[in-house]
Amino acid sequence: MDAFILRALLGGLAVALVAGPLGSFMVWRRMAYFGDTLAHSALLGVALGFLMGISVNLSVILVCMALAAALVVLQRQRRLASDTLLGILAHSALSLGLVAIAFLETVRIDLMAYLFGDILAVSWVDLGWILGGGAVALLALVGIWRPLLAATVHEDLARVEGVPVTAVGIAFMMLIALVIAVAMKVVGVLLITSLMIIPAAAARRLSRTPEQMAALASLLGCLAVTAGLWGSWNWDTPAGPSIVVAAAGIFLLMLAVPVDWMRRRGDPERSEA
Amino acid sequence: MGSPAVLFATNQKSQSSDHLSCLMEARGVGLVLGGRRILRDVDLRIEPGQITTIIGPNGAGKTSLLRVLLGLVPPTEGVLHRRRGLRIGYMPQRIVVDEILPITVRRFLSLGRRLPRQRLQDVLREVGVGRLLDQPVQSVSGGEMQRILLARALLREPHLLVLDEPAQGVDVSGQGEVFQLIAALRDRYGCGVLMVSHELHLVMAAADSVVCLNRHVCCTGHPEVVSRDPAYRRLFGDSMPPGVAFYPHHHDHHHDLRGNILPESAPEGAPVHGEDNDD
Repeated sequence: MDAFILRALLGGLAVALVAGPLGSFMVWRRMAYFGDTLAHSALLGVALGFLMGISVNLSVILVCMALAAALVVLQRQRRLASDTLLGILAHSALSLGLVAIAFLETVRIDLMAYLFGDILAVSWVDLGWILGGGAVALLALVGIWRPLLAATVHEDLARVEGVPVTAVGIAFMMLIALVIAVAMKVVGVLLITSLMIIPAAAARRLSRTPEQMAALASLLGCLAVTAGLWGSWNWDTPAGPSIVVAAAGIFLLMLAVPVDWMRRRGDPERSEA
Repeated sequence: MGSPAVLFATNQKSQSSDHLSCLMEARGVGLVLGGRRILRDVDLRIEPGQITTIIGPNGAGKTSLLRVLLGLVPPTEGVLHRRRGLRIGYMPQRIVVDEILPITVRRFLSLGRRLPRQRLQDVLREVGVGRLLDQPVQSVSGGEMQRILLARALLREPHLLVLDEPAQGVDVSGQGEVFQLIAALRDRYGCGVLMVSHELHLVMAAADSVVCLNRHVCCTGHPEVVSRDPAYRRLFGDSMPPGVAFYPHHHDHHHDLRGNILPESAPEGAPVHGEDNDD
């Protein structure tokens, strides 16, 4: 096996592994569009990284985290509905990134690679970032798992029970920012949230506990990465989109799983309540 | 209504006190949200082992007051004292866990802290839904969910149980049972109970102390005393047919059946409506 395929596979699997549990929480907390907004801002991070001559990975992490913090502050003011706010920020940030990149005269940037990913060009350094960032994000998520889950199920109840709801919520956003930054290379800023959302949604019907869903989402994500890369290799299709197509295919397959299986121990008379 | 009491600085709105004989005390609490005044000059004491019930018409600020007392919303004015180390078991109004989050009743109960299965089973049995332990939370009915929430509150071994509309979603015959259960739990756990309710006649029977709220405290005291108070009669009318929870109340506005405020021209005597649950 060629080294670049091995690097692509390792990078993709690492991203899928951390995207499973993180994506499950994004789905539970209805933050899919939030993730999209952060991802759109990543391009601005790329431009700033080149402008300031620092590591692009680092600058993307910083820009994503800054945007997440700005969102928290703006949402708290409640001047605008959340989806309006996200819509404004997502597209402003993306456009700002594109404009900033146009100003870079000395560097030529392969825009398509950043927008849709270039997993086959993942270097050993990139792989190091993915593995390191992924491991940090996964460990941190395990660390805040219980309070984050309690806050996700019911915020007020968790708060009364002494859970630091605001703190774990912000920590979770920072983790999303981190994972978006390191995973950008694999599927690109426009597709990155799909790798978090689709496997998690696909895992739902086979799961009875939050942990099962998170683990299964990781597994299905790895499956999608492998299948997507295989398809890309065989048919010479773009790798990032191929992975997302594979994930969508898995999601459709899961829709065929009968609902009864999910509630096999449920009382059929009340299952619709 | 100007407050003669000292207005406390808002930066000391919640304090823990060692020398508090009651569980919780609110003095001169006011709340303004988005420029709208919700609560004005509320004084309240929650005593240990007592059932205190907040009643009032729709929009009286009952749930808002509860949220202030729970520390979920900081009061705009006034001061709150809590006994140091006070553990609160909270049962919110109506929880819907999204279908996308797979979670069993058992897991839901141990979200606060890990507990042995037997303990969870016991407390569920105590509130009358022992068979639900391994069911998905989304598959239980509204009334069952209320009991599961009560179980979760009890698992904290609370000094104070705070219940928001505990009989909501329970049919009329089951409501009395719910309040009996609450009284029994108070006796067994020795905790104070603070609840908000619409079910006037049942509430009056179960409470040690009633707070009649309409943005401010209209009257307060033992249910017998409160029900004879003119302020209470103004709010709820002076006859309480046993077993029926209609409450006509005469006010500066009227509601239609869905709880919407009607224009002033609504016909006299019209505002007799059933137990609407919005607040």
